[in-house]
Amino acid sequence: MSAVSQGAKPYYYVPQPSHWPITGSLALLLMGLGAAFWFNHYAAGPWILLAGFCVLLVMLFGWFGTVIRESEGHLYNKKVDLSFRWSMSWFIFSEVMFFAAFFGALFYVRNISVPDLGSALTGRELWPNFSAQWPTVGPYIKQQFSPMSAIGIPLLNTILLVTSGGTLTIAHHALKSGHRGALKFWLFVTIVLGFTFLGFQAYEYHHAYTEANLKLSTGVYGSTFFMLTGFHGAHVTIGAIMLTVMLVRAFRGHFDAEHHFAFEAAAWYWHFVDVVWLLLFVLVYWL
Amino acid sequence: MSSITQPVGGHGHGHDEHAHHPTGIMRWVTTTNHKDIGTLYLWFSFTMFIVGGIMALTIRAELFEPGMQILAPERFNQMTTLHGLIMIFGALMPGAVGFANWMIPMQIGAPDMAFARMNNWSFWLLPPAAILLVLSLFVPGGAAETGWTLYPPLSIQSGMGMDLTIFAIHIMGASSIMGSINIITTILNLRAPGMTLMKMPVFCWAWLITAYLLIAVMPVLAGAVTMLLTDRHFGTSFFNAAGGGDPVLFQHVFWFFGHPEVYIIILPAFGIISEVIPAFSRKPVFGYASMVYALSAIAILSFLVWAHHMFTTGLPAAGILFYMYATMLIAVPTGVKVFNWLATMWKGSISLEAPMMFALGFLFLFTTGGFTGLILAIQPVDVQFQDTYYVVAHFHYVMVAGTLFAFFAGIYYWLPKWSGKMYNETVAQWHFWLSFIFFNVTFFPMHFLGLAGMPRRVPDYAQQFTDWNQVATIGAFGFGLSQLVFLYAVVSAIRSGKPAPAKPWDGATSLEWTLPSPAPYHSFETPPVVK
Repeated sequence: MSAVSQGAKPYYYVPQPSHWPITGSLALLLMGLGAAFWFNHYAAGPWILLAGFCVLLVMLFGWFGTVIRESEGHLYNKKVDLSFRWSMSWFIFSEVMFFAAFFGALFYVRNISVPDLGSALTGRELWPNFSAQWPTVGPYIKQQFSPMSAIGIPLLNTILLVTSGGTLTIAHHALKSGHRGALKFWLFVTIVLGFTFLGFQAYEYHHAYTEANLKLSTGVYGSTFFMLTGFHGAHVTIGAIMLTVMLVRAFRGHFDAEHHFAFEAAAWYWHFVDVVWLLLFVLVYWL
Repeated sequence: MSSITQPVGGHGHGHDEHAHHPTGIMRWVTTTNHKDIGTLYLWFSFTMFIVGGIMALTIRAELFEPGMQILAPERFNQMTTLHGLIMIFGALMPGAVGFANWMIPMQIGAPDMAFARMNNWSFWLLPPAAILLVLSLFVPGGAAETGWTLYPPLSIQSGMGMDLTIFAIHIMGASSIMGSINIITTILNLRAPGMTLMKMPVFCWAWLITAYLLIAVMPVLAGAVTMLLTDRHFGTSFFNAAGGGDPVLFQHVFWFFGHPEVYIIILPAFGIISEVIPAFSRKPVFGYASMVYALSAIAILSFLVWAHHMFTTGLPAAGILFYMYATMLIAVPTGVKVFNWLATMWKGSISLEAPMMFALGFLFLFTTGGFTGLILAIQPVDVQFQDTYYVVAHFHYVMVAGTLFAFFAGIYYWLPKWSGKMYNETVAQWHFWLSFIFFNVTFFPMHFLGLAGMPRRVPDYAQQFTDWNQVATIGAFGFGLSQLVFLYAVVSAIRSGKPAPAKPWDGATSLEWTLPSPAPYHSFETPPVVK
């Protein structure tokens, strides 16, 4: 770039050619192929998927490592920082729409398809014994199960996650006022709360499968319950990993009071995951 | 556009010709340059256009006569499915992103896209997705045979090709979302000083709105196909009435994506046309602000009309009425745009070079497709036409004569800027007239076939439909061969065209024409000032 060679700060940082994107594309090709082979009972499938996942990990470490080096090298000015803010906001919006698809499915089955299956118009002739009450396994699957109660682990998990949102905000204020010790402490507490949440959720899933006879295949209740809480759990996992990376970076002396958008992006993501959980708690567990 | 003073782009320093980048294939694999990536998108789009086109010709060859000739029925269904998926996700959408990559930074005075490395990934995710899609033809059971809409229960029952299709859609969705975030961020953050939103070329506005639609609906499609995947392999019951679900649920989720998707395909085309018609009428676009508001109104309404694709699924009457009226409402902002394009030409000093010819072809044929859309929006009529060739005629008028013709207009319009060479006007005029005539020979008879009751997605048909099918097949082969003229026009321009001046079109006003032709590898490293 001519502006760099002249020794002046460029108006906007444009990175050099990179091999990380094509590495990521190779990873996703292998993962797509591997998963398709696996689901159709080819022995090589899981191994191709695993190989793709390993390539993906290499790409993520390499690419994010490059971004961190560029950031610490002060290549990102205010304008680049604003680009990151716009893009993270739109990325979270795309995640909102992804969850909207599954919340929409929950709304549809509870308010339209299940009542329809029990109605005089469509269902009663075919399945006279089906009572269209939520939760349900549907008219044709024969299975007894206990639905999840909102009181107990879900309530506890709500408290954990809401608290973690608060501790993360304390950590952010500590970062902005230069209290590095407090930043590390409260960030650590947030991560512990996040992983505790995941531990409880794993326990809840174990309980559902072994004692409540509630499975992914338990009709449309099991489908919506596990898909919504499962995708949320996956997002908590990603968010907790992001926060862990931020903690490692904090210990390495990264970030200052002005320049720490990576931390803020992880925090935005964490709050988004928090809000999704509140919706889950009300719409999946409670109502 | 207001006047541009002081176009002080950071170009023309001589050394720019020797920009630092790898050479050979690695230049294209690792590039972070928006112009390189735009070129990759456009050639990928053309390649997929040929692949999908060969599938279309296979379909038309089978339909030349009633009875089964060259394809087994399941192969025929795989052809219609892959033709749709490849044309939409492989040809039209990447083509539009190619234009965005080339033109948006140059039109707003930005040094590159906001995220140049992610931009590379947005493109290079497409070849793996295309590999998965084409590979699905060769696995046991063959490719998906459901039509591009992937309706269950058939999509639950079909073979491994459906899984490959699902993962291809996931990957293409990731590509679209990253590309759209990049485009939105570039437009919102990297405009040159003085380039206010309401001074931007309409093309940039069209892409801003399109990118918003993409970010809103591609995740919903990802959710829909993920539910298909778990219904297929993990025992969920989303689309299975036995477990309390409903196949119609898939249609709702799919069309919540699918209807905005049709505007995702047409809005960038609107943007191109809004650049070409003013340039060749030598007048600024008529009603700039109303053009922007019409784009926004179309985007908002597109979220409220999805169930007009489902008029025969047994919706409640109140729902049918709502979706019917909301659908017709879209004709208002679309009409605003069509009338604005006409008013732009009114008393203009019009010349009819190839970009303008394609723009006029677009205007005439897209509006025809819009009218048949209005007819299909009337639910009592749609009950008759659902899944007939009338629908096939309708959406090919808006997608081929709409989006594809706009792409041709844009390519002839901007090729001098991209390559520094002029195309041969005679060859391009031949390309236009051959495309225009054969397009109508192919698709106009499909209106008659649909009105007479010929169902779509069938490899065989009753004998009374033979005549118009034969006309359509002849037209399709003519249209396909005409695109070789296009390939010749572009390649001969790049290899041996006459050098193009910085501004070959005297009516063009936007910022890209202040750069030399071909545009230097890095343009606007320091922003111009727009007044």
